[in-house]
Amino acid sequence: MSVTETGESEALDPTRSPVAGHKDVSAHTPVPAVNPSPRRGAAPRASDSRSGVKLAKIGRAGDRTFLGVSAGSGALIVLLVVFVGVFLLVLALPSLLDNKANFLTSQEWKVSGSELRFGIAGLLWTTVLSSVVAMAVAVPIAIGVALFITQYAPRRVAGPLAFLVDLLAAVPSVVFGLWGIAVLGPRLVPVSEWLSTHLGFIPLFAPGIRSPGTVFVVAIVLAIMILPIVTAISRDVFMQTPRDHMEAALALGATRWETIRTAVLPYGRSGVISASMLGLGRALGETIAVMIILSKPADNAGFVPSLFAGGETFASKIANNAQEFDTPSKTGAYIASGLVLFIVTFAVNAVARVIAERGHAKS
Amino acid sequence: MAKRIDVTDVDIFYGAFHAVADVSMTVEPRTVTAFIGPSGCGKSTLLRTLNRMHEVIPGAHVQGSVELDGTNLYAPGVDPVAVRRVVGMVFQRPNPFPSMSIFDNVASGLRLNGVKNKKVLSEAVERSLVAANLWNEVKDRLGKAGIGLSGGQQQRLCIARAIAVEPQVLLMDEPCSALDPISTLAIEDLIGELKEKYTVVIVTHNMQQAARVSDQTAFFNLAAQGKPGKLIEIGSTEKIFSNPDQKATEDYITGRFG
Ligand SMILES: Nc1ncnc2c1ncn2[C@@H]1O[C@H](COP(=O)(O)OP(=O)(O)OP(=O)(O)O)[C@@H](O)[C@H]1O
Ligand SMILES: [Mg+2]
Repeated sequence: MSVTETGESEALDPTRSPVAGHKDVSAHTPVPAVNPSPRRGAAPRASDSRSGVKLAKIGRAGDRTFLGVSAGSGALIVLLVVFVGVFLLVLALPSLLDNKANFLTSQEWKVSGSELRFGIAGLLWTTVLSSVVAMAVAVPIAIGVALFITQYAPRRVAGPLAFLVDLLAAVPSVVFGLWGIAVLGPRLVPVSEWLSTHLGFIPLFAPGIRSPGTVFVVAIVLAIMILPIVTAISRDVFMQTPRDHMEAALALGATRWETIRTAVLPYGRSGVISASMLGLGRALGETIAVMIILSKPADNAGFVPSLFAGGETFASKIANNAQEFDTPSKTGAYIASGLVLFIVTFAVNAVARVIAERGHAKS
Repeated sequence: MAKRIDVTDVDIFYGAFHAVADVSMTVEPRTVTAFIGPSGCGKSTLLRTLNRMHEVIPGAHVQGSVELDGTNLYAPGVDPVAVRRVVGMVFQRPNPFPSMSIFDNVASGLRLNGVKNKKVLSEAVERSLVAANLWNEVKDRLGKAGIGLSGGQQQRLCIARAIAVEPQVLLMDEPCSALDPISTLAIEDLIGELKEKYTVVIVTHNMQQAARVSDQTAFFNLAAQGKPGKLIEIGSTEKIFSNPDQKATEDYITGRFG
């Protein structure tokens, strides 16, 4: 059809694109019977004596409003993330430029006095170590509890148990911190000692301090703190396992555990991974409990990468020193470390996304 | 391999709801038996008691006995998991395991039975896919996901999965209801071949299908909604379709009945 065709034959041809003249478009895209843009509609022509059918005008106000609102909210989120990132970067940049130590590899932290020397290596290590150990402890337990609640427990046990786990999420982190240092920590000291005498040749388990304020205790407390969220999400995805899949396994003569392995776990895989990453993200940023438990090494003490040493995480370091934010250069140093925490958390979430997506693509 | 099924005085419940009442029937080995009847009369429910799948629903239970060559499947001490390993089942909606390849889907039952040997597995997979008339269509993509197949192919995949473990009985609950006429014919042909080795029980809403594939037909009905379903008549397919004893059967088959 040519570009110069008359309106009449356009109206007669139901497959003709309403976007008049765009030959390519009309040739390749299936054209909806109803004109999507009411303002440009062929309605007047439809009343032409020779044309066949009268098409109603369809109101699209709802669509447009909803599109506007949802696109607006989406843009707002993106803006917020960018804004926070830019804010951190702008405030941190001057201090980073003045920094005499290597920001990424140094474990020093001297921000008062004439010379700025600070690096995040120690903070990064302690933060990641405590969170990863917390995740490694919490995830298997969470999966076990979620499977027990959804697959094994009779209903009258499952309900209360699920409630109990949810209740754990309601305990404030300051209470977890107190409990960790006063109750759990002292009881874990013998465990730490046993591990460091028997596995001390591995740097991770090297003997550290004798107090309960170790990375190990922090990791266990963090594990308890992220347990509810990981359990709740895992429970939800396991619960949604399609009956079809489970019956397929059962009908083949699968035992309960085999049904879980062939139907429930594959279905829940990506959900559990997302849940774990969410938990990891929470553990990375947890502040108050870590601050209460973890004992701060003396300024001149060397850095010990052991689970049984004290230390500081990004969050606890910033919180511990909040009252010191008096000069822009000092503040900038802390903000720079905050920026790294932001990036790490962001990366963790991105990785979670990718893994979850890949799980979907496969299934 | 094929076994004879004796159902005696079976009553089936969902919690307090009495779904099927007082069914007795015999299914001979190497035959196809069709269950027909209006929706809700308990065909699926009865079928699922034949491999003890009924009881996976919370509160569901069964009274009476179902014997497989004289062994009561509901005797105390009988493990339902063991029952399901000898009585295979194909569902109304194709349900291949979504995370598994075509090969792994067919091999899954054997793996549950502890078969690990690669050669044994691949021979069994080929044999089952050939028997399910699917081999030629998938032999070049055994590693691809099972749910990437068309609906009819998926259903044949599920049949291959069910027969890979060489069950003694094969139960099929409306296996063609989600399929096009060509896939349906393929599966009907397949049922004709399967009965040389297996005892087959099939639920169907399609009278022609029941007439085409089965040797024996059982007609179920229920007096009213909320009342239990009952076995009205069972007999050779020829007799049920040409000269049934019961008026209700005739009405149903000739379509004079809802
Ligand atoms: N999971 C369940 N819980 C409670 N009642 C059920 C359940 N499944 C089926 N029923 C009831 O049991 C009766 C028999 O159902 P069944 O599914 O066996 O019928 P059917 O003959 O297979 O019907 P259709 O031809 O529609 O598949 C119906 O009244 C149904 O409502
Ligand atoms: Mg049914």
